Amino acid sequence: MWTLPLLLLAVTILLSIPMSKYFAWIMDGRYRAPRVLAWFEERLNTGQQNWKQYVIAMMAFTAVLFTYGYVVLCLQPIAPLNPLGRSILAPSLIFNTVISFLTNTNLQHYSGDQHLSNFSQIFFILPNMFLSASIGFCALSAIIRAFRGEATVGNFFVDMWRVVAYIYVPAALIIGAIFIHEGMPMTYQSEQTVTTLEPASMGVDDHGAAKPQNIIVGPVAAVIPIKMLGTNGGGFYGMNSAVPLENPTAVSNFVTTFAMMIFPFSLVLMFGRMLGRIRHSVVIYCVMLAMMVGLIWWTINWDTLRPNPAFTGTSVERSYQIADATAPGGHRAVVLPAVASLPVDQSLGNLEGKELRFGTSAGAVFAAVTTDVTCGAVNGEMDSLNPTASLSPFIGMWLNCVFGGKGVGMINLLLFLIIGVFLAGQMVGRSPEYLGRKVGAREMKLAVIALLVHPFLILGPSGLFAATGWGTGAESNPGAHGFSQIVYQFSSASANNGSAFDGLGVTYGFNNNPNPAPEAVPLDIATGLVMLFSRYLPIIAPIAMAFFLGRKKVAPASLGTMRDDTITFGVLLLGTIIIIGALLFLPVAALGPLAEHFGPIPFGG
Amino acid sequence: MEIVGPTTHDRKGGRWQQLFSTPLVLSAMKQSLIMLRPDIQWQNPVMFVVEIGALLTLAFILRAVFGGAAGPFSLGYFVALDFWLWLTVLFANFATAFAEERGRAQAEFLRRTRVATPAKRLLADGRTEDITSIRLKPGDCVVVNAGEPIPGDGEVIEGIASVDESAITGESAPVLREAGGDRSGVTGGTTVLSDRIVVRIVAGYGESFLDRMIALVEGAVRQRTPNEIALTLVLTAFTLIFLIVVVPLWPMAYAAETYMTSYLGLSAPLHSLGTDVPTLIALLVCLIPTTIGALLAAIGIAGMDRALRNNIIAKSGHAVETAGDVDVVLLDKTGTITLGARRASRFLALSGVTERELANAAELASLSDETPEGRSIVTLAREKYGVRHDPAEIEANFVPFSAQTRMSGIDLLSDGLQIRKGAPDAVIAHLRRHGVNPPGGIDLQIANAAAEGATPLLVSEGNRALGAIVLQDTLKPKIAERIAQLRQMGLHTIMITGDNRLTAATIAQRAGVDDYLAEATPERKLEFLRKEQAEGKLVAMMGDGTNDAPALAQADVGLAMNAGTQAAKEAGNMVDLDSDPTKLIEVVGIGKELLMTRGALTTFSIANDVAKYFAIVPALFAGTLPWLKVIDIMHLHSATSAILSAIIFNALIIPLLIPVALKGVRYRPIGADALLRRNLLVWGLGGVIAPFIGIKLIDMFMVALRLAA
Repeated sequence: MWTLPLLLLAVTILLSIPMSKYFAWIMDGRYRAPRVLAWFEERLNTGQQNWKQYVIAMMAFTAVLFTYGYVVLCLQPIAPLNPLGRSILAPSLIFNTVISFLTNTNLQHYSGDQHLSNFSQIFFILPNMFLSASIGFCALSAIIRAFRGEATVGNFFVDMWRVVAYIYVPAALIIGAIFIHEGMPMTYQSEQTVTTLEPASMGVDDHGAAKPQNIIVGPVAAVIPIKMLGTNGGGFYGMNSAVPLENPTAVSNFVTTFAMMIFPFSLVLMFGRMLGRIRHSVVIYCVMLAMMVGLIWWTINWDTLRPNPAFTGTSVERSYQIADATAPGGHRAVVLPAVASLPVDQSLGNLEGKELRFGTSAGAVFAAVTTDVTCGAVNGEMDSLNPTASLSPFIGMWLNCVFGGKGVGMINLLLFLIIGVFLAGQMVGRSPEYLGRKVGAREMKLAVIALLVHPFLILGPSGLFAATGWGTGAESNPGAHGFSQIVYQFSSASANNGSAFDGLGVTYGFNNNPNPAPEAVPLDIATGLVMLFSRYLPIIAPIAMAFFLGRKKVAPASLGTMRDDTITFGVLLLGTIIIIGALLFLPVAALGPLAEHFGPIPFGG
Repeated sequence: MEIVGPTTHDRKGGRWQQLFSTPLVLSAMKQSLIMLRPDIQWQNPVMFVVEIGALLTLAFILRAVFGGAAGPFSLGYFVALDFWLWLTVLFANFATAFAEERGRAQAEFLRRTRVATPAKRLLADGRTEDITSIRLKPGDCVVVNAGEPIPGDGEVIEGIASVDESAITGESAPVLREAGGDRSGVTGGTTVLSDRIVVRIVAGYGESFLDRMIALVEGAVRQRTPNEIALTLVLTAFTLIFLIVVVPLWPMAYAAETYMTSYLGLSAPLHSLGTDVPTLIALLVCLIPTTIGALLAAIGIAGMDRALRNNIIAKSGHAVETAGDVDVVLLDKTGTITLGARRASRFLALSGVTERELANAAELASLSDETPEGRSIVTLAREKYGVRHDPAEIEANFVPFSAQTRMSGIDLLSDGLQIRKGAPDAVIAHLRRHGVNPPGGIDLQIANAAAEGATPLLVSEGNRALGAIVLQDTLKPKIAERIAQLRQMGLHTIMITGDNRLTAATIAQRAGVDDYLAEATPERKLEFLRKEQAEGKLVAMMGDGTNDAPALAQADVGLAMNAGTQAAKEAGNMVDLDSDPTKLIEVVGIGKELLMTRGALTTFSIANDVAKYFAIVPALFAGTLPWLKVIDIMHLHSATSAILSAIIFNALIIPLLIPVALKGVRYRPIGADALLRRNLLVWGLGGVIAPFIGIKLIDMFMVALRLAA
């Protein structure tokens, strides 16, 4: 039960220490590259950039990547490596998918094994996974350099090269080798036809002969390592890491989970190392770790250790009074009748939607971790989590800084930190300071803009879709659960997570699909825009903020200055995150998971 | 932190009470109504939003009364809601207006000393004419005799007098003002107690330094500091964030109504408070940081006011705020750390000279030295060695002490013997002029005296050096404690002195200052200050002399002594009316209290929201999702009473916290970490818990009075 999460955390924490050292070494350019690589790096180096140039380079790069992605996806029907003859995707789906992979979200409104050719997997999915994952990493490096008071924040292209060539590619090779060893497919083939063990389990053809099973394969082991390491999360298969070919064994499941945690963990320590403030980063690390442990515990406690409420009856009838002007006396009684429990053995907890090959707690752990680090890969069905347990993935995405995505998680935490320092830091009797520098109006403006984007892009569209047919027409369950599905979709898009509370009909599929999901187009467009805005504003504004803060004079620390490397500071930071997080999202949590938990189950029956 | 004597304290106590007077409250109440004008209210964005909300609710009520239906909820609920929304705005306005009124009253108190007084203007031919102070112009010279008020700000150009400055400082002990030097500044409205002085007026009536300072204090009331601007911005942003939270609640609640209607199979749609606009406005008002939004201006004004009550006039709120951030304090040795009057403590005779011989010569040489030091030498010689000469009986030429020669002495007429006493280098030079090199032991004596923190003077008789007089400088009582306190506050203390390095080091060590700048000149002081600032430190200093002015202007906090020269007062950004150099410690404390109060109330305001959610969210959905009642851990009476309780708490907390805003959260020099822990506990955790209790109490109260539906 607790062995898996504990072992995972222990291994990740242990390895994040040397990894962070390596990252800092690479990002500070203290390495000597082999001649070929150095030559290439030399070509990329356009010179030191100030923060504006850095951001412009980043946005230009993004624009190029966007165009490239569009072209590749549009070429799918005529490009090679498409033996199954996959045709062109619906325009809104292409729009959504291109942005989804550009922004490191990997919200998949399609199913990889059904809708993409190997050409698209290799030339669209794979480069996007490497490059989009590097943007957050680069942005964090730029912020660190700005905090160090440097006038220039590095060169975007060199940073990108360093991250991809010296960090992601070697790491992906190692993880890929393990995956191949565990049995993950790595081939240019697209399909394998096999005879099923159980005769006719795929049905029979017109002649009464048992149908063979067609298993989709491809360069899976190329995509999956970076899918996890880059906290991308977009699976080769529609069912992501629950599919045996994408996650063959318990070992691969462990490595998969570890791979998505290691970079976000290490980057926090890299922040401290590059700034020369290790203790400060350890405090941040511990705050994040405390939140992650809490969320993992919450999920296991409410999912693995509790029965599925759909099977558990309630022996007592509950009755509520609600105000209703039309009813006599102005009150109407709502009665939730007693329900007999179903004869199901629930000693193993909620098993709905779990991949039992990995053990009972693996699904819950994965669900918590993947949303904390904004990976978005899944090895079970989020939709099937017990309602209270599903709060954990929600919270992970809402806070978006429980380690968070690589680089961006740390950046998001800095926003909470700056606000916490600004609001409460004055209580030591000095005007608010961070890293010895006074936090002024301009820095706060930028921090708040970045912080505002996330709740705005979750709550606004959720409200719009919940009240209109765009949302209610897509949800698979009415009421609180359907509301959760809608909120989850936008939370996942805005947090650049990419996982889904499946059940929302979002798939249009191929352009010639005669029966697309009814509301797929508005959902494609809305989530596409949400992903785009929630990606870049919260990266650009903090870079600017770091620059304006970094150029201020550093006041020496004294007994009178607030220390940023103490338990007290950690408590302040944790308190800020929890209170602000709760204030932003408590009503939605009440309307979704909590209403579902306390209300009648099953709802709408 | 309190250092004032009992008299001053009583007077301040009186002034404090006077400031809570009824007219002040009434005038503030009137002002808070005037501030409802949108163009004024707009200056406080958070409260402006509340005002808009109150107006919208009013429109809603009017619509319900004249025609439209109020929905399933009673009109009384909406009226109560709107009433408390307006009260919220008024409470906020009152807090600001009250603080402003108090500031104005303080300024008025100072202005009262500025009445017209008769003056004797000195004419070119030496005669005087009687005119009124109103007609005095800068450059005029006036004669002020004992018992007469000084008609305007000016500098003493002739004479010495004791002056009663209690009208301004509240300190009853008279102070000495004399021509030349750094104690030449006099302030209009003070009274000469003895002697006669001639004062050159430097400012015309109504333009005197104090007049301008008072104007500044009043003006600063409306001038926001950078820190305050940043906080206003953040509070506005929080308002926007909560708007983002509250607005989508409407469609979400609507969705819940729709599916519950269909779940229950009702023909008419259900209505919950979640789609009720006035209720959502109430939720928004509860969530946005109204508490700190209401008190922010008052906190800033109160900071300046607290300075004023310590007899410190700050030229801007920014100056007070900066004082809290100071990293380095430059303290002048004389007057701040030591009493300043150095006293002879010992005679150190050279070999071959008896101590009595030395004392005898020293006494003779000091008879013409009227400085306190000179007098202390005479006293010591007489008391310890029984030496006694009457100047009238000695036939000699007295050589008085002067700053140029730095020696005093006597030339006996009987044998032409020259006896001299003075600074070591001056006496040595004097001996050399007589063709004598000082004996070897003398350097050692000088060094020994300096190492004790004392200043040595040499005595010579004819061409013979006799020995040294040790002048001991006494530390001010309790100064070491206060400096330790500064260190606890995280401040780096640096002693500035003209003494040599050894003396400086010893005194610095005894007083416990962190560092010292010895052999300081105004130029070196300025240079030192710039160096510290270049390292990112904020520096505070005090000064009174004209040559301090550049440094005072350069310092982040420059506290000028009111007794000092005009130039110094102009250059600094604060003036201490008591002319007490140790006030720097109070100034830093006031600045820190200002910042702490702001931080504490902001934290409290935001932390309050948690409880309000627990009251309001279940209430919003009581009509559609009644099982969310589980969240209502306060067990409030009903949905409407829950919302009213929350909004009432939100409004009442403002006047309840006005005293905190005005008095400030007390600063304790216990180190930043301990302070943060303490305040986080009190204002952070307390801010989370308090409203749970408050809202429950209000709810119980309403039920008891049968006000709750």
